Amino acid sequence: MTMSIKVRYFASLKESLGRAEDDLEFSGPATVKEVWERANAGKPLPDHILAAVNMDYAQLNNAVRDGDEVAFFPPVTGG
Amino acid sequence: MAVKICADSFEPWQEVQQYRNSAKKMAGKSGATAIFIGMMRDVNEGDAVKGMMLEHYPGMTEKHLEKIIAQAQQQWQILDALVVHRTGTVLPDEPIVLVAVWAVHRGDAYDANRYIMEALKSTAPFWKKELLKSDAERWLKKNTDGYASS
Repeated sequence: MTMSIKVRYFASLKESLGRAEDDLEFSGPATVKEVWERANAGKPLPDHILAAVNMDYAQLNNAVRDGDEVAFFPPVTGG
Repeated sequence: MAVKICADSFEPWQEVQQYRNSAKKMAGKSGATAIFIGMMRDVNEGDAVKGMMLEHYPGMTEKHLEKIIAQAQQQWQILDALVVHRTGTVLPDEPIVLVAVWAVHRGDAYDANRYIMEALKSTAPFWKKELLKSDAERWLKKNTDGYASS
């Protein structure tokens, strides 16, 4: 089954990657970690990076579904 | 409850007053109002700071803040809550965040306010990049634990 996944990056991670998002299409299934690897040529996820699926925090081994938005970002520093 | 993300400077006392005036359900009931306002300092980690860029994740930030308020509502008897947070370029002495909580009694108002603020600091998707007086820029790496460092 073909999956379409939007991948988004924020803050220092976005700067270091040099892009804010990717649109992926691939044959599923996949976990959050595998989405990162597909979008980043197999490069390991940097330490301390957090993930969200459809705007809720997610674990790296969570499954993603067709149409999901997956985000990666550094620890938060608001407030 | 309400969550507001402001791209421009906001006036926290005005926000509190406007919200209180519009929330008729609190009239005659809110014996306690706890307010926290976080302002930008001009020094951090020993360096003079002249500005800050605040990034957020539109959609997730609002959704997550609403979830934090809902968690507070489950733990304490609160009547209402308002969270306002800046994004964009922030200058020293400008407000960054406002958390206002209304309750019948002060214990619930104080405790829920603290909970919302600490949960915001540790989990709401905002990121700060400081512009130092030296013109260097740096991303803040992590917020301190407010309970541990206070």
